[in-house]
Amino acid sequence: MANQETELKVIVFQLKDEEYAIPVQQVRSIEKVQHITRVPRTPKFVKGVINLRGVVTPIIDLRERFGIEALPFNEQTRIIIVALGEMEVGLIVDAANDVLDLPIKSIEPPPEVIEAVEADYINGVAKVGKRLLILLNLEKVLEKETIALV
Amino acid sequence: MSQYLEIFIDESKEHLQTINEQLLELEKSPDDLSIVNEIFRSAHTLKGMSATMGFEDLANLTHQMENVLDGIRNHKITVTPELLDVVFRAVDDLEAMVNSIASGGDGKRDVREVVQQLKQIEQGDVPTRKTEPPSTTPTLTQTYGEFEYNVLQHSKEQGFHTYEIHVKLRADCLLKAARVFMVFDALNQVGEVIKANPPVELLEEEKFDQEFVVTVVSKQSAEQLYAQVSKVSEVEEVTVTAIDVDKLRPSELTPPQLEVSQTEAAVTAAKEEQKEEKAEGQKEEKEQHKAVANKTIRVNIERLDILMNLFEELVIDRGRLEQISRELNHPELHETVERMSRISSDLQNIILNMRMVPVETVFNRFPRMVRQLARDLGKKINLEIIGAETELDRTVIDEIGDPLVHLLRNAIDHGIETPEVRRAKGKPEEGTVKLKAYHSGNHVFIEIEDDGAGINREKVLQKAINKGIISKQNAANLTDKQVYELIFASGFSTADKISDISGRGVGLDVVKSTIESLGGSVTIDSHEGVGSIFSIQLPLTLSIISVMLVEIQYEKYAIPLSSIIETAIIKKEDILHAHHQKVIDFRGKVVPLLFLKDVFEVPVVKEEEDFFSVVIVRKGEKMAGLVVDSFIGQQEVVLKSLGNYLTSVFAISGATILGDGQVALIIDCNALIK
Repeated sequence: MANQETELKVIVFQLKDEEYAIPVQQVRSIEKVQHITRVPRTPKFVKGVINLRGVVTPIIDLRERFGIEALPFNEQTRIIIVALGEMEVGLIVDAANDVLDLPIKSIEPPPEVIEAVEADYINGVAKVGKRLLILLNLEKVLEKETIALV
Repeated sequence: MSQYLEIFIDESKEHLQTINEQLLELEKSPDDLSIVNEIFRSAHTLKGMSATMGFEDLANLTHQMENVLDGIRNHKITVTPELLDVVFRAVDDLEAMVNSIASGGDGKRDVREVVQQLKQIEQGDVPTRKTEPPSTTPTLTQTYGEFEYNVLQHSKEQGFHTYEIHVKLRADCLLKAARVFMVFDALNQVGEVIKANPPVELLEEEKFDQEFVVTVVSKQSAEQLYAQVSKVSEVEEVTVTAIDVDKLRPSELTPPQLEVSQTEAAVTAAKEEQKEEKAEGQKEEKEQHKAVANKTIRVNIERLDILMNLFEELVIDRGRLEQISRELNHPELHETVERMSRISSDLQNIILNMRMVPVETVFNRFPRMVRQLARDLGKKINLEIIGAETELDRTVIDEIGDPLVHLLRNAIDHGIETPEVRRAKGKPEEGTVKLKAYHSGNHVFIEIEDDGAGINREKVLQKAINKGIISKQNAANLTDKQVYELIFASGFSTADKISDISGRGVGLDVVKSTIESLGGSVTIDSHEGVGSIFSIQLPLTLSIISVMLVEIQYEKYAIPLSSIIETAIIKKEDILHAHHQKVIDFRGKVVPLLFLKDVFEVPVVKEEEDFFSVVIVRKGEKMAGLVVDSFIGQQEVVLKSLGNYLTSVFAISGATILGDGQVALIIDCNALIK
């Protein structure tokens, strides 16, 4: 059991060349890609809904959410089911890499300029050895206004 | 004992309901003796039962009522509305007592006043409307159960005096409960409160008039107690009476004064039973009264929800099994799956029906309410109830009572005119309020229709402008319907005279929001001088619905059967054009076509064919033809929401999981038809 005071357990995943991290408490499960039912008249990054053990769960493609060019799904592609309050959403990522205990001390505020992803979506960055992990701000990523805009 | 008690409560309630209904009938046709006989029978049975069970107050009151009914039966007493008022009050008391017993209470209640009135009637003294109930003389006195009697005896042995103290609060006293508390507090400083009438719980909830009686044991003198209580402000009158404990007899042991010999034996039997019960549990009075369950099993609605959810899972698997069995084409598997499907659809009906309750349970109390209101307002009103057997989901039933009460009150107070006005207008003096419930598609409609004054457009507009709900410029452009909608705006009341019947306009907006929170809607139609109809549309809240599955390119969608009129296959050349809109001639009607692949931006892979499959759907009287690629078939599906992330997706009301595990979206036809 990780010391919650000093360490943060995170799920690490790959998106293009960057590694991102989400606190493990926000992650419900990690799924392989399955049939996604398209939902019409929703933003492009909303890929549709899946049947997650009897629960209809919406899926968004993080690449498209962040404006990174789309990539066809492959063997590594995963859907990370995250929960935010009452909301459960699946995030399509290139690959799920790791589960790590991040020392809280290693987390720094987001740098001014971050490649590809807007600083808004980032809670901070953490350096673990040679790896740079970007901590995702799920509240921002799943903000509902962005759906309403389309 | 308790098993008899359950039956007793169930049957008492039934009899009281019968009495209520028949009394209303009797009021309509006062000369119909068969009705009196009917009431008499119910009252008599009730009296016998309650005497047997040892509920004296109940038996006493019923007995008195029976005497009056007997008088009516023998043409000694004539039926008047005033007389019925008293009888209704008696029934109210009876109901309160039965409810008290059902919730584990002792079924005691101070019924002297009503009994007195009934006795007067029996002696030929029919009350007129003006006679006030004799409330000036303090009628409250204490009766003591065995337990309290023992306590009093004990206190006496230890040198305490027993006093009964009548306290009367001032009529303008605002916080009665607080004063009661202060009185109790004052008394507890010098002695101990043994019993209160009405009981303490009722006093705390302010469920009493101005007076109450407490029994106190204390070593102080009567004067000291008087001084103690008088210190509390807003107390108008205090009477302290010393009680000789030895002369008291526990009320349960005093034989009830019942002349009818048949019940006499029963009473003795009941007393015996009670004694036994006492012997078992001398300790605490409360322990003897456990809350009594109904004859039917009560199930927490949450459990039903869980059952429902589990069943939904089963429905999904059933779909999957059906599909596998079709693919494998194995006769034995096929047969078994078919049997399972049949059983599970029976099961489904049962589960759904368990949650369904006839609206009768809500409508039941309206005749009484309407009668009372009509009398209070000096109006003549006939309430017609149609379709009381219509069933609705339990959760909806629980919520719909209050809005309906409000709308009914509204119709009676603001809608129906007084008899004089009606006569002047050439209408029958008696106004009619129709309460109608019926099924239509996946909805239940409840309508409240009155033949009253209707809504005055100008008056509503004027009011709305005055209250700043709309601006003058907008007012002129509104349709009649939109004007009527305004009365649902908060802070709106058009009655010239504000009455306490339908409140101060704080209600109709609440009615609207309650109904909308149930997923329903309410509309008004009105003709001035002719009457108004309030129409409430409610969903059945079925979580399993029948749909038609269709395919659009490679995507599957579900259309609720409730919106579908029929399906058709039309030739390309049958499509007509009207104002840039593709239409078809469907049984003599021009129906606009909606190409779902365009509406839903479905990626086009397949080529267009020469024939179109069209699903004709409707919303109210409007129709539309939804063009799809092919029909898959009809199926029962479980309605699921799209979750909290994707709220308000255009023209999609939810989703369902098909037999192959894939998700299909359910089309909201209402959003497609404008």
